[in-house]
Amino acid sequence: NSGIVCLLRPLLLDVVPSIRQTAALALGRLADYDVDLAEAVVKAGILPQLIGALPEENRHYKKTAAFVLRAIAKHSPQLAQAIVQCGALEMLVICLEDFDPGVKEGASWAFGYIARHNPELSQAVVDAGAVPLLVLCIQEPEIALKRIAASTLSDISKHSPELAQTVVDAGAIAHLAQMILNPDAKLKRQVLSALSQIAKHSVDLAELVVEAEIFPVVLTCLKDSDEYVKKNGATLIREIAKHTPELSQLIVNSGGVAAVIDCIGSCRGTVRLPGIMTLGYVAAHSEDLSMAVIVSKGIPPLCVCLIEEHEDHIKAAAAWALGQIGRHTAEHARHVAVANVLPTLLDIYVDTRSSEDLKMKATLKNILQKCTYLPALEPLLHEAPLNIMKHIIGQFSKVLPHDSKARRLFVTTGGLKKVQEIKAEPGSLLQEYINTINNCYPEEIVR
Amino acid sequence: YFYVFRAIDEDRVIKYKAAVKIQRWFRACVVRAYLRRLSKMATLIQKWWRGYLRRKHFREIVEKAYFIKKLNFYNQMAVRIQKTWRGYYVRKNIHNFYALKKYLNAISVNNELVRSELQEYAEMKENEDKMKDLEKKEKEKKYQARKMHYLLSTEQIPGIYNSPFRKSPDPMELLLRKSKPLTHRKQQVKNPFAYQLYDWPTCKKPPAFVTELSLLPTDRQKPQGPFRDPAEVMWQRYKPLEPTLRVAESSNSPPAKARKEWRNPIHDNEFLPFSSYHKNDEKYEPLLRRSGKYGQEAYGTKYFREVCPEKWIADKDFETFFPSIAIFEKFGKTYSNTGQIV
Repeated sequence: NSGIVCLLRPLLLDVVPSIRQTAALALGRLADYDVDLAEAVVKAGILPQLIGALPEENRHYKKTAAFVLRAIAKHSPQLAQAIVQCGALEMLVICLEDFDPGVKEGASWAFGYIARHNPELSQAVVDAGAVPLLVLCIQEPEIALKRIAASTLSDISKHSPELAQTVVDAGAIAHLAQMILNPDAKLKRQVLSALSQIAKHSVDLAELVVEAEIFPVVLTCLKDSDEYVKKNGATLIREIAKHTPELSQLIVNSGGVAAVIDCIGSCRGTVRLPGIMTLGYVAAHSEDLSMAVIVSKGIPPLCVCLIEEHEDHIKAAAAWALGQIGRHTAEHARHVAVANVLPTLLDIYVDTRSSEDLKMKATLKNILQKCTYLPALEPLLHEAPLNIMKHIIGQFSKVLPHDSKARRLFVTTGGLKKVQEIKAEPGSLLQEYINTINNCYPEEIVR
Repeated sequence: YFYVFRAIDEDRVIKYKAAVKIQRWFRACVVRAYLRRLSKMATLIQKWWRGYLRRKHFREIVEKAYFIKKLNFYNQMAVRIQKTWRGYYVRKNIHNFYALKKYLNAISVNNELVRSELQEYAEMKENEDKMKDLEKKEKEKKYQARKMHYLLSTEQIPGIYNSPFRKSPDPMELLLRKSKPLTHRKQQVKNPFAYQLYDWPTCKKPPAFVTELSLLPTDRQKPQGPFRDPAEVMWQRYKPLEPTLRVAESSNSPPAKARKEWRNPIHDNEFLPFSSYHKNDEKYEPLLRRSGKYGQEAYGTKYFREVCPEKWIADKDFETFFPSIAIFEKFGKTYSNTGQIV
């Protein structure tokens, strides 16, 4: 801050190469530490001097220069834009073509940080022709280089379908799919995240990813000892499952649902979230698939999630997933109700502290509208607020006229008494339901 | 007469009127009968005509009614067929209950399989990790034993791990007996351009090119001064090429990038002019096959056949029947041994 940048500037043009390299290293470390210093470095116009003679320099200088660019680009999109504007991308591409793995790693790390911020910068990186070189980098034997190249591809393809298509056209999917089997945990994290960013945009891209034969290998990633590998593997499965019923069918057929359920059971916290959403998406497509989820013992872990987790968004996701499972037919709703999760859902709904997206009214309504399992509905009758009560009474009014045993049970458990206590406006739906129920019983009992 | 003629006239008028009346009446009757006959005829004609018309249309009406009846019948039968077909089709293809049940059973079986395989995989990984840990510990212990080989017990003095009060020596003692003592590591000459991948990205260590100069070998003759100024040397060493006009490129020639090919060499190991500079890099690794506890076996260099007199059946070594190969006889005898005449 005390003019250090101005002092270092002439050293960058020094005769002795090691002085140049050390000066660049110093600048890089300064920029890495603080945003203001990075801005100072950019404002002092050092970048053109840094990258001016880059093709003729030796590999250490190239590494250092890439480090400086990376350190500046990571702070904000404006700084990354400044780097792009002074023509650094071509120099970085030249570094990517170098033979030394360290130089390639530095260059691809810099590309990754630039492409991370927004789609325009990613497009600039792609336009500079970096993607085929990155795909070549992935095939190199050094693990660190593979990691960085995979994370850069992931950052490029996450913004838009066209960018993802560009990455796919360079033939990245086959190599990424091969690297899923690699034992290194950090590499697996990056590879799975890259594949999920590619697959999330459209059905065609997801199908391309699936054709690379990742199932059932991906399921072994769900059993890895590293938490983030599990999370990224579950994210990949979720991005594939959400597009069409056929893809979800594929996942169910290869036993993916069981693996995801085990994964949910064994993790804690945000790591569970993609797995929960996967189950929700699979169950949402059709009733056969949701039956498959139920048969694979999917409901108990979801209930456990709902009860145990403290974070709002995880609870909301679990409630949503249960709603998708239970909304198809009476059978499904019965399975959900048997797991004794309706009172929990009602509590969450009624609780004034929970946020708006947690009050998944649609979930409760969907399940209740199909639920004909009366013993589960009984406890809800006593506590529910009025708009939920409407649905519960509706269900009772559908079932009671036909089933005599249920009628007897209804009276003995005090349900009929509760129904009488409800005051409804005459002519409303609620009143009609109450009348239907009252008509099932002889007059003396009603009074 | 007048009265008789008036009476006859009046009678005549009366009889005339009566005749007219009778005739009128009779004509009326005739006309009526005629009209009646006419109407009867008309009715007859109309009757026959209408019957004829109706009979003509009757066939058509009957056919139509028959057709409608047939159609209704067919419709009902068709409804019956469609009803059974639709039930069959839906139950077989769209919502096949038994196939669904089978499918769900297959899914649960497959899930069990997948779960067990994943469980096995997880256990295998855990085992591998444990094995790696164990091996690391073993290696540590062995290294420690090699370093502390002097703690081995001798004939006179029992070592630390071989206390006389114990029934049998400590496992460490056994390890010490087995281990070979550690040699001094030769002083490593660190190449100033040595390639360090894992430290580089985070730049935690200072780069080698700045702090480490190659350590000069200790038995070298010290160079005699006076020495030139290092900046001067560097300047001279890195002086850029200034070609004369004769070899200078024209301003129209392709730029410096075209010369990149020889400027960026394949590798960055610097060229060392004499092979003796490389001799510290190459460490001789002896063959494993011949190494024993105390050095290399002489088999393979000094002699090529083992001779065990105890195993001879007759008291002689075996004789070769074939003539020996001439070249092999000259082994070690072709050139003089450092000046001595063989």
